[in-house]
Amino acid sequence: MKPVNQKAWLLVLPVLLIVAFSAVIPLMTVVNYSVQDSFGNNQFFWNGLGWFSELLDPKSDLGSRFYDSLWRNLAFSGIILAIEIPLGIVVALSMPRQGWTVSATLVLMALPLLIPWNVVGTIWQIFARGDIGLFGAAVNALGIDFNYVANPLAAWFTIIVMDVWHWTSLVALLCYAGLKSIPDAYYQAARIDGASRWAVFRTIQLPKMSRVLLIAVLLRFMDSFMIYTEPFVVTGGGPGNSTTFLSIELVKLALGQFDLGKAAALSIVYNLIILSVCWVFYTVMTAADARADADAGRV
Amino acid sequence: MELAWMAWTWQTGVFFAGIASLLLTLTLLAIFRPETERVGVIGIATTRGDRLFISLLGSAFIHLAWLGLVGPGLGWASGLALLYAAAVFRWV
Repeated sequence: MKPVNQKAWLLVLPVLLIVAFSAVIPLMTVVNYSVQDSFGNNQFFWNGLGWFSELLDPKSDLGSRFYDSLWRNLAFSGIILAIEIPLGIVVALSMPRQGWTVSATLVLMALPLLIPWNVVGTIWQIFARGDIGLFGAAVNALGIDFNYVANPLAAWFTIIVMDVWHWTSLVALLCYAGLKSIPDAYYQAARIDGASRWAVFRTIQLPKMSRVLLIAVLLRFMDSFMIYTEPFVVTGGGPGNSTTFLSIELVKLALGQFDLGKAAALSIVYNLIILSVCWVFYTVMTAADARADADAGRV
Repeated sequence: MELAWMAWTWQTGVFFAGIASLLLTLTLLAIFRPETERVGVIGIATTRGDRLFISLLGSAFIHLAWLGLVGPGLGWASGLALLYAAAVFRWV
C-alpha cells in the first residue's frame, strides 16, 4: 500500500479552531450553565438537574411557560405548513413554463425572500395597524374589529399571513424546480392516454415533486420552529403571551430576567428537538438521494 | 486545575470528557478497524458514528423523559439508555 501523506489535515486546523470558538465552546458553556444557578457579580451555585426537572414539570412556572410556548410553536408550524405547502404547489403549477414571463415571475416570486426578516416584521407591523396601516385600516373599515395589539386572534392572523407572504414563494420556487425537471415525454404520454388534469397532477407531477416537497416541508418546519425576528418585531410576543414562541421565551429568560440556568436548560431541550428534526431531515434526504441514484442505475 | 474560569464545574467536565473520549475511540477505530456502512432494522445505512449519534440523542431523550415522568434519580434512566445504545449498535 502506498504511504499516505497526512499533512493535509493541518489545513483543516483553522476551520476546527473557528468552529471550536463559535460553536463548541458556547455549547459547552450552555450545558455548564444549565446545571447551575447564577447570581449577580458572576456568582454561580450548583443546581444539578433542578432546572431540567422544573422545565419538564408543567405545574411549575418555568415548565408551564416552556410547554405553552412549545404548543404555541407547534401550532404555528402546523398552520403555516398547512397553508404554505398546498398554496406553493398551486402557485408553482400556475407559473409560466416558457417565454419572457418566466424570468419576470421568478424575480417577483423571489422578492419576499430577499427582504431582511426584521424589515418584513416592520412592513407588516405597519401594514396591519388599524389606524395607519393599509390592511388593518381596510379591515376595520369593513366593520370588523381588527387590532393585533389587543386581540390574540388578530395577532395570530397577522403573523400567519406575514409568514405565508414571506415564505410561500420559497415552496413555490422549489416545486417549480421539481416541475421543470419532468421531461415533456411524460405529458405527451398522458395526453395520448387522455389523462385528466387531476390524473396528470396525481400520477406525474406530484410524484416528481415529492422530493422537493419533502425539502420544503422540513425547511419550513425547522425555520418556523425557530422563528424569532418577525413575531418579535410585530407583536413582541403579545398580546399577553399569545404569540410568545420558544425562541422569544428563551430570550425573555436569558436576557430579560438574566436567568442563565433556566435559559440554558430550555435551550438544551430546544436544541435537542431541533437536532432530532435535523437528523430526520438529513436521513430522509440521503435515503431519497440513494433511491434516486438506484433508480437511475448510477450505483 | 482552575475551574473558576467561566464557572466550569467538574461534573460538566466529566460529561464532556466522556463525549470527547467516545469521539476519540471512534477516530482510532476508524483508523485501525475501518468499516463499511450497513443497513439495519430502520432501513437506513449507518456507520459506527451514526449509531453513536443515534444512541446519544436517544439517551438524552430517555433521561429527559425519565426526569419528566418519573422524577430525579436517573440511575435507572442511565441503565435504560445503555441498553438502548447497545440495541442501536447491535441492530440499527
